Amino acid sequence: MTLGPLLSLLLVLAVAPVLPGIATRTRAFLTGRRGAPVLQLYRDLAKLLRKNVIYSRTTTPVFRLGPIVSLVSILVAATLLPLDGHTALFGFSGDLVAFTGLLGLGRFALVLAGLDTGSSFEGMGASREVTVSAFAEPALLLGLTVLVLATGELSLAGMLGEQLAAAWARTLPSLVLAAAALFMVALAETSRVPVDDPATHLELTMIHEVIILDHSGPELAMILYGQALKLALFGVLVVSAVVPRALLPSGMAALALLGGLVLIAAAVGVVESSMARLRLNRVPQFLVAAGALAVFAVILLLR
Amino acid sequence: MSGLHELLLLCVVLTNFWVLGTTRLSSTIRATAIQGALLAGLPIALHPGWSLHTVGLAAGTFAVKALLLPAFLSWAIREAAVRREIEPLIGFSASMVLGAVAVALSFGIAQRIPLQESNSSLLIPVALATVMVGLLVLTTRNKALTQVVGYLLLENGIYVFGLSQAERVPFLVELGVLLDIFVGIFIMGIVVFHINRAFDSLDSTRLSELKD
Repeated sequence: MTLGPLLSLLLVLAVAPVLPGIATRTRAFLTGRRGAPVLQLYRDLAKLLRKNVIYSRTTTPVFRLGPIVSLVSILVAATLLPLDGHTALFGFSGDLVAFTGLLGLGRFALVLAGLDTGSSFEGMGASREVTVSAFAEPALLLGLTVLVLATGELSLAGMLGEQLAAAWARTLPSLVLAAAALFMVALAETSRVPVDDPATHLELTMIHEVIILDHSGPELAMILYGQALKLALFGVLVVSAVVPRALLPSGMAALALLGGLVLIAAAVGVVESSMARLRLNRVPQFLVAAGALAVFAVILLLR
Repeated sequence: MSGLHELLLLCVVLTNFWVLGTTRLSSTIRATAIQGALLAGLPIALHPGWSLHTVGLAAGTFAVKALLLPAFLSWAIREAAVRREIEPLIGFSASMVLGAVAVALSFGIAQRIPLQESNSSLLIPVALATVMVGLLVLTTRNKALTQVVGYLLLENGIYVFGLSQAERVPFLVELGVLLDIFVGIFIMGIVVFHINRAFDSLDSTRLSELKD
């Protein structure tokens, strides 16, 4: 095993907290405000890590496990992606299902922790979060199916690595459609507008924010970091699908990845400032549209 | 998979999904306008070389489908003061899924249709998909205006189908078809206007309440 995958994993882990900062900064800029500094999340994390954890008396160990399981599952998912454009740290055939499952596990752990607090608001948020993910997961798998069909590879490292570069010229329209679908899924999975609003603090409308309401200190830091990392992972998926990074020299590939991630974060900010949040009963439709795009891409490939 | 015409055809299918997914009527009309503009680009993209036939067809299509009809439909919704399709017979998510099924079906069927070689392997499936989506919109939406849009989609599909045989269809016939569509939509717009006046609503299900 070479150093490439490890180094790029460390790079992505290090830059992940910048992305939400870029998104909020873009949003602020487009709405004519100054906004929080881009590096704000680093400061928040540092502050939270110095603080104590407070547990409510009604909680059980499930509540304490939630943030840990969530962060670890996202970290493991990160090792499955070919972050340097060639190989993943731990890739195997069929790991796209593991990737989806790990993201689902992280979400499940947080939802359980939210339910464990016994708060009715968090129960509501949990139910919504699960509803959204029930629609997001098929769309994610369909989007990955497009990549499988385009490259004939069953591992994420293969389908986003050299094979993709070979298939790129032939299947570009499908890949662009798949990338669009994955971007829509990313908005849902990372709880951004139009599915959820990270800035809202009204319990009735929050989805993701409400289930982490009771977490504090380092545990909240884990959740926030995990969420930023998740955005970075989806950014890697989208960027890899449309840019054949395996063709570039490794330094250029890393630069392309970073540039792509910044663009994705900025795109999230643009979406947030140009769209209102969807009504809750319209969210499934948004994700079904993502699925329909992916299905269309699949059909184009099967033709 | 390459070429401008394939890109245009893909965008046509995307506008189909757009029509299926939006509730706002103005957005639906914008989708049909964009689809009209895409269709106008098709003859030129399919037959490079500037013959009178293709340029005339493109210009006529653009004028009618991308400018006149959308402007007219926007006028109609402004007059009738309707904004949204509230309760379609089949929900928006479900109709999106049905749309995806329609696209899959049309790609499946297109391979089995014994047609002479056309210029693009995407033409026939996209034509069939657009016809099916048009039919879906026409039958499952309640507002008379959305049904007009469905009819327009249906016709767009037939237009794409005609393009695959463009060398064999005389210019005059196609212009005649365009004129027919224009007059058809025009009449429908006036009917819509009168439905609105008579019932204070564009809900076509209420047409069954007609009595003398």
